[in-house]
Amino acid sequence: MFSAWLPFEWIVAIRFLREGRLQTLFIITGVAIGVAVIVFMSALMTGLQANFIRRVLSAQAHIQLLPPKEVARPLRVDSTAGAGVIEGAIIQPPLQRLKSIDQWQAVATQIRAMPEVTAVSSVAGGSALAVRGSASRAISVAGIEPVSFYHIVNINQKIVRGNAQLKATDILIGTEMASDLGVDIGDKLRVTTASGAASALTVLGIFDLGNKNANQRSTFVALHTAQSLLGLPGGVTSLEVTVGDVYAAEVIARRITAATGVEADSWIKSSAEFFTAVSAQKAANTAIRFFVGLSVAFGIASVLVVVVVQKSREIGILRAMGISRGQILRVFLLQGGLLGLAGALVGSAIGLLALLSWQHFEINADGTPLFPLIFDSELFITALLLATLTGLGAAFAPALRAARLDPVVAIHG
Amino acid sequence: MAELQRYPVPADATPDVGRVVVEMKDVRKAFNVGTPIETEVLHGIDLTLDKGEFCAVMGPSGSGKSTLLNLVGLLDRPTSGTLAVCGEETTTLDDRSLTRLRGHNIGFVFQYHHLITAFSALENVMMPMLGAAGFANKAMREHAAALIGDVGLTAWQDNLAGNLSGGQQQRVAVARALAMDPALILADEPTGNLDTKSADEVFALLRRFNRDQGTTVLFVTHNPALASRCDKTIHVIDGIVSG
Repeated sequence: MFSAWLPFEWIVAIRFLREGRLQTLFIITGVAIGVAVIVFMSALMTGLQANFIRRVLSAQAHIQLLPPKEVARPLRVDSTAGAGVIEGAIIQPPLQRLKSIDQWQAVATQIRAMPEVTAVSSVAGGSALAVRGSASRAISVAGIEPVSFYHIVNINQKIVRGNAQLKATDILIGTEMASDLGVDIGDKLRVTTASGAASALTVLGIFDLGNKNANQRSTFVALHTAQSLLGLPGGVTSLEVTVGDVYAAEVIARRITAATGVEADSWIKSSAEFFTAVSAQKAANTAIRFFVGLSVAFGIASVLVVVVVQKSREIGILRAMGISRGQILRVFLLQGGLLGLAGALVGSAIGLLALLSWQHFEINADGTPLFPLIFDSELFITALLLATLTGLGAAFAPALRAARLDPVVAIHG
Repeated sequence: MAELQRYPVPADATPDVGRVVVEMKDVRKAFNVGTPIETEVLHGIDLTLDKGEFCAVMGPSGSGKSTLLNLVGLLDRPTSGTLAVCGEETTTLDDRSLTRLRGHNIGFVFQYHHLITAFSALENVMMPMLGAAGFANKAMREHAAALIGDVGLTAWQDNLAGNLSGGQQQRVAVARALAMDPALILADEPTGNLDTKSADEVFALLRRFNRDQGTTVLFVTHNPALASRCDKTIHVIDGIVSG
């Protein structure tokens, strides 16, 4: 019996769908498979991308502010001889000396005040030699302020032995270097710079940054220690910045340069190839979604075209009973929308099950998931909305055809 | 048979139609107008049906009976001439107004029953009221149940329409045609597909509603015996009406 609260269009649409059970079942299955593919692929791709980005950005800042590079200024003749005439034909590129960012504390304060910025840390970095007995290795020394720097690169999480609570005479080294130089926690390393400054430092912690080259060369010391070693008293060679939206890093970097006058490079620019790969993956995902959505739309439309033909006599009778064209249009639009919604509900459930199974079966050797998947409720809500709208859109042409049926022709065939 | 039990429907559903229910003047109907194959099917029909009249329409196949019924039923528009239904001139009305006028004032009974098979007998009778909106669910159900009772199908009211026999389906179609208490019922060979007993029953039903409620009936039939039981008979031959 009719529900007391359902309008005419809903009652007829639901009853028509129920009457053509097999047809309805097939199309809901078709839509469900499409939605399941979209949900599964999207969650997988999002998880994969987030994992990639987390791995890449967990060992580097999103934005790095560097002092301006030194450039050679060509000598020109004075204005009486004509402006712009270069006197010296050969210009030698200057050596890039290690130098500090001018007024870095004021710049850091200015950046910290920006709403998009989540952390700022100063670093004094340069090259040095690590010596242990007769063995030596070229290293890059990064002088850091642990409290602020660990908000950017969480060394604590990457420590495999020892700890990361740096003091003036401590050094953190990578696993490869520890192995190469045969050192362990508590051992001494002599660090010498090109200018001759040297310091004996104690190995406080050994880290693994997930990159062999970085584990061979990277070291971390306290900021003051690095400033003494590198001859930069009170100076820093870079300001490291993290932002809330990693994809907006380039825009924020440009804003920082405009506001402070200091050159800022984002990870998007410095890891351009990686970012291109991520973007390509996103584009591929969008293309897959689009074509699956398109096939779902055509599936719904083709079924409804058949339904309109099957129901043309009923449509004619309804029109004879005083049912308006608008009501007929809505009956078929609703069928499209309901097919989309039902397919999306089933598809979301299938997609979720597939994701849980994937997470359960695709695991690392240690039993942890290959990478954590992101079960975003927004993804499911979007899938439901899009599938419903696709159903409505796909139903439009058949619904219009039904509404425009001439009742005389429809009734008498 | 038991006295008919009526339930109130919205005021605008059954307007005071006056004495004349249908008035056609010089109505012509042509198909494929403006093309080389233009064919005129009805040639200047004049027809008046008064309230409470039971009129049979006879004529050979292809003479224009169904076209005449489609015009009177506002399912089609005349090529020329005037057609007033329930006192309202229809040739100038738009589709929306025609639909409303048809829904509230005209009931149809077709030869092939034409029930909506996805719905039960009772729901089929409720359908015109449901589509028109403005009816309370309970009132709709009671009105439809009363009509189903009037046609003697209370025991089958919850059966899907497709599961009823031909005679039963046609009786449901009669009940459905009466759902909006229309001023006019158009019956296009409603007995043509039924056995003699069922045909008699359906005719008797229409006659009873015509007498008890004053519903005007235009009844297309090939059966001279049934036609002779009507108030008057018109003949449509080659697109021309003769009394």
